[in-house]
Amino acid sequence: MLRTKRKRAEQAADLLLQSQIGEEERFRDLMRRMVRENKTAAASFVLIVLMVLAAALGPLLTPYGENEMDLLHRLAAPSAEHLLGTDEGGRDVLTRLLYGARVSLLIGVAPALLSLILGAALGVAAGYRGGLTDAVIMRVADVTLAFPSMLLAMVIMYALGGGILNVFLTLTLVNWANVARVVRAQTLKLKNCEFVEAARIIGVSRGRIMRRHILPNCLPTLLVLFTLNIPASILTESSLSFLGLGIQPPNASWGLMINTGRQYLYSAPWLCFAPGAAIMLIVLAFNFLGNGLLDVLDPRMKKQ
Amino acid sequence: MNEKTLEVRGLTVCIPTEKGVICPVNDVSLEVPAGSITGIVGESGCGKSMTARAVMGLLRYPAKVTGGSVLLGGREITSLPEKERRKLRGAEISMIFQEPMTSLNPVVKVGRQVEEAVRLHTACSREEARARTLEMFREVEIPEPESRLDCYPHQLSGGLRQRVMIAMAMVCRPKLLIADEPTTALDVTVEAQILKLLERLRDAGTSVLLISHNLGVIAKVCDYVYVMYAGRIVEQAETNTIFSRPEHPYTRGLFRSVASLREGGGVLETIPGVVPNLLRLPAGCSFSLRCGQCADNCRERMPELRETEPDHKVRCFLPGKEETE
Repeated sequence: MLRTKRKRAEQAADLLLQSQIGEEERFRDLMRRMVRENKTAAASFVLIVLMVLAAALGPLLTPYGENEMDLLHRLAAPSAEHLLGTDEGGRDVLTRLLYGARVSLLIGVAPALLSLILGAALGVAAGYRGGLTDAVIMRVADVTLAFPSMLLAMVIMYALGGGILNVFLTLTLVNWANVARVVRAQTLKLKNCEFVEAARIIGVSRGRIMRRHILPNCLPTLLVLFTLNIPASILTESSLSFLGLGIQPPNASWGLMINTGRQYLYSAPWLCFAPGAAIMLIVLAFNFLGNGLLDVLDPRMKKQ
Repeated sequence: MNEKTLEVRGLTVCIPTEKGVICPVNDVSLEVPAGSITGIVGESGCGKSMTARAVMGLLRYPAKVTGGSVLLGGREITSLPEKERRKLRGAEISMIFQEPMTSLNPVVKVGRQVEEAVRLHTACSREEARARTLEMFREVEIPEPESRLDCYPHQLSGGLRQRVMIAMAMVCRPKLLIADEPTTALDVTVEAQILKLLERLRDAGTSVLLISHNLGVIAKVCDYVYVMYAGRIVEQAETNTIFSRPEHPYTRGLFRSVASLREGGGVLETIPGVVPNLLRLPAGCSFSLRCGQCADNCRERMPELRETEPDHKVRCFLPGKEETE
């Protein structure tokens, strides 16, 4: 019993390694091609890297703290001291923007990754096993997709309450169904490929075929879905925070910053413009990157 | 040569369709003696591949084995549970097929794919599996086997991929290899090499069931030949016998349809008509609609396989009679 368990663990580790090695090389090729062929996507990639760096190094870039109030300089216009001005509490907008970037990037990446894992697992299972498994998983997915995603997110957030972990959970529950649908379709196609047949011929079990032969072939698609899911998550989180359902003050979040800045739209427009521009930039960058990846993956798209 | 690696008795595969049940494999009996290459030949859609799948236990729903038995080394395997059959696949019985281009997983290195076969059936370490794979690559004559282990399928030519497929199928030393049109997608020089490889495998003790529509391939390597038509075996004999004295009008039609360089000129003969729809088989002999020598009783009932000379069976009422044209 113990032995088989260990053997399984070893097999799993070895699988993981193999798929990573295989993908890494392909991934490198892919990125190289993308940079060469699609300048917008390459620029977006650079922008995203810069944003990640800025978020990570935030505290080192500004002399102010996230919640450092300076009531003498409330609602100050952008100046040399405060590059993007200050808000109603005299807090530096640029500083809050950088701290907010951490939340937004985390919110973008973590739920996108979680929904990808959940969706891919369920999608492959539904596609490969078919029958009842397929029916149950896909009907649940259909129900999820039947609601407007914003409404669904609001309902779940109301039920769970605010906080960053609940935002993760909500966005995962909202986004998995799309991934599952795409992966299921791909699985149905791959299932009838001869290499799957060949795997069955040498006696590979069902679970192993799903993990080892079907999933790795879905990876390019998953990569694109991932980059397209990130901006969707960021936008949803911003909307939730704007509505007061997501990140709770005094923590900084771009959506929350727009919400509080709304009251001063005429007297201090920078309070809304700065986080608004940040959201727009990062969403656009991820979208361009996703489209760029899609282009290099699908040769037919290039000619259009 | 008395020992039989594979014995199929009265195998029938049926598929229920909206318009009725069709049987792409109908009462097929065949044997593959140990250490031989046995061929099945026939037009597209005559049930060759379906027979192979049924033997492997890989029929796709809704196709089902409805009768007969498959004995592997004397052991009945059609009634085994799926888990047991899975253990047999790759270890005792293996298969390669037509398309070497799509039969390998495009995102996994070929060496690893062969190693997977080793590790599934034998308890051995990764290094041992790799060593076995390398040995097998040498055996199937892959040039520079060490560097090929780490290639992805798209980096290899069609012939090399088919060799990898054969290595994958053979690495656990199965008793029986089913080769379903193994050379159809390859050019003639590579085809000759692959056939030679099959012969070497036979000499090393593996029995081969070779499925092909190419008579040249069959003539070159097979010891014994079965001719299939519309799901049934219509003629069976040793290769030499069947090529020198074909008895069934369908077999003779097949031989005449082969383009020959030597004779040159003339119009290439074909068998008139097409393979009949399995839903609307004629009442009598299924070949009666296309047969030039069809008599009254051919249209009324299906002839049995009868022996016309020792070890030469034909499913025809009028074997060997020349057609009146």
